[in-house]
Amino acid sequence: MSAADLSALQRPNDRLRRRRIVNRTMEVAAWLAGAIGVAILGIVVWSVAKRGASQLNLDLLTKTQVPFAIGNVHQGLANAFVGTLVLVGLATLMALPFGILVATYVNEFAPRLVRNGVGLTLDILNGIPAIVIGIFVFGLIVVAHGQSGYAGAFALAVLMLPLVARSTIEVLALVPGSLREASLGLGVPRWRTTLGIVLPQAIGGILTATVLAVARIAGETAPLLFTSSIVGTQVDFNPSHALQTVPVAIFELSESADPNDHARAWAAALVLLLFILFTSLTARWLATRSRRKLGRAAR
Amino acid sequence: MSTLDATGETARRPFPGRRARLGDVLLQGVAGLAALGAVVLLGLIAYKVVEGAHLSLSTFGLGFLTHIGWDPVHNEMGAAVFIFGTAVTSLGALLLATPLALGIALFLTELAPRWIRGPVTALVETLAAIPSVVIGLWGILVLGPVLHDHVMPALHSALGFIPLFGEPSSTSTIFTAIVVLTIMILPIVSSISRELFLGVPSELKEGALGLGTTRWEMVRGVVFPYTRGGVAAALILGLGRAVGEAIAVAQVIGGSDNQISWNLFDPGNSLAAKIALTYQSAATKLETSSLFYLALILLVLSLVVNLVAQVIVRRVARRQGLPAR
Repeated sequence: MSAADLSALQRPNDRLRRRRIVNRTMEVAAWLAGAIGVAILGIVVWSVAKRGASQLNLDLLTKTQVPFAIGNVHQGLANAFVGTLVLVGLATLMALPFGILVATYVNEFAPRLVRNGVGLTLDILNGIPAIVIGIFVFGLIVVAHGQSGYAGAFALAVLMLPLVARSTIEVLALVPGSLREASLGLGVPRWRTTLGIVLPQAIGGILTATVLAVARIAGETAPLLFTSSIVGTQVDFNPSHALQTVPVAIFELSESADPNDHARAWAAALVLLLFILFTSLTARWLATRSRRKLGRAAR
Repeated sequence: MSTLDATGETARRPFPGRRARLGDVLLQGVAGLAALGAVVLLGLIAYKVVEGAHLSLSTFGLGFLTHIGWDPVHNEMGAAVFIFGTAVTSLGALLLATPLALGIALFLTELAPRWIRGPVTALVETLAAIPSVVIGLWGILVLGPVLHDHVMPALHSALGFIPLFGEPSSTSTIFTAIVVLTIMILPIVSSISRELFLGVPSELKEGALGLGTTRWEMVRGVVFPYTRGGVAAALILGLGRAVGEAIAVAQVIGGSDNQISWNLFDPGNSLAAKIALTYQSAATKLETSSLFYLALILLVLSLVVNLVAQVIVRRVARRQGLPAR
């Protein structure tokens, strides 16, 4: 056999080996990527848990900030927790009915062209940066009337609207058409079919979407900086005043140079994170439940 | 109610369906108004931002976009530093996040054993639920020092001949912002890509494997081409998120307003972060109006990014007969 013949025999093997090596490398890289993705979450959550847990005590939830505190003064962020509850509650009250109505119109009444138009509007609204929403509400309300809890809640509601409406549209689309036809066929008017048959079927999905949206806006800082951030240190339930919130408090404390402030920022971050992880998991659980229910109805 | 009454009712009311139809009109009207309200809201946002920016627009005009520096005392302000910072941080984050996100998506669809797919998917998506202010807190107090003490010196000594990797000057730098943004857009890109990869018909994949390709060759030859459009849209959506992120970037980027530095290890600033950092300290009407101008640039950028992504998504959905997301 000549050398040329030998190399001709060898070449395919060489190439195969190279292909296998490339394949192996890529597989290892993908495994690594998966590991990195999980590791990042682990590192962030662990950092917050480690630093926050040691600072977590009842003072954080029951006491308020002491301005110009010297030394080891007992202080907390009670006003921020109260403010977040009030603002998120108000925002949900504004965005939820509005979002459900928009979704109802899009799914039950709108002609195709309008449906696409409103859908695109919701997508664009969803893509507008939160800080721009903050500036918008600043121009719309704050310039004339000053900062207030209402302004902050409205800004959060603008962020919440596309989230709620989009998911409600998706859930309503899952309600089987046969239910609507059966109801209409029995002579039930359209509006009672929609309110009495279609929406109750979708209630689980709407609840899931709402919980997810609440988890999302509870952690938003940017829309509140211009609308509800110049605040006192006392606990305040009245949304006609500007109210302190947990994310804004963390933002301000993280910009401070005082390690005591950092410690409280970590503790507040831990509480916020626990709340958000808890609500997200609840939403996931609700989602599987309602999907199972809708699946039964479809059959 | 007895039948006699019912007959009487019918006799008295010639149009028994009127009340029902009134209800239909009412519900349709109210819901329609709400839908109209959403469209009006979008218009109002654009109008209010332009209105707020009016003073700055008429003072600086388009020169605002290229002027370097932010000097409210002498009424000389420009957006060049922030546009530069936004471009560098968001593109840098996209560059780092793309291979990582596609790797995660491939891992979850092609490689991972079935029992870890669910948990890992859930964990990566949980990353998206962490508020930006918490990521920023972690970025400024944990990540920043680590990058400054270990990663930046290593990159500088290895790649210092490239001007991007200069002398590390601070823990709050453009590079820190890039890493933080990478973490924030990673779950978005990877979860959309995962769904797209799952949608590749298994006949195509099995066909390729049956022809003797390796798994990677199958991915390159079948999965990537099949999902190209969707992945592009996912990347653009991730870019949009990075461009608009204010809080986490404001916390870690260092807030340097007056110079453009190509050294990633120097402090910088971005459009969104500048607005967030100036929230209580805008001194003059012109400075406030200039913040609206920055918001206007941001609004236009996000509109362009989202419209492009939507067009791609809709085209891909039509081609594959899937419902538009």
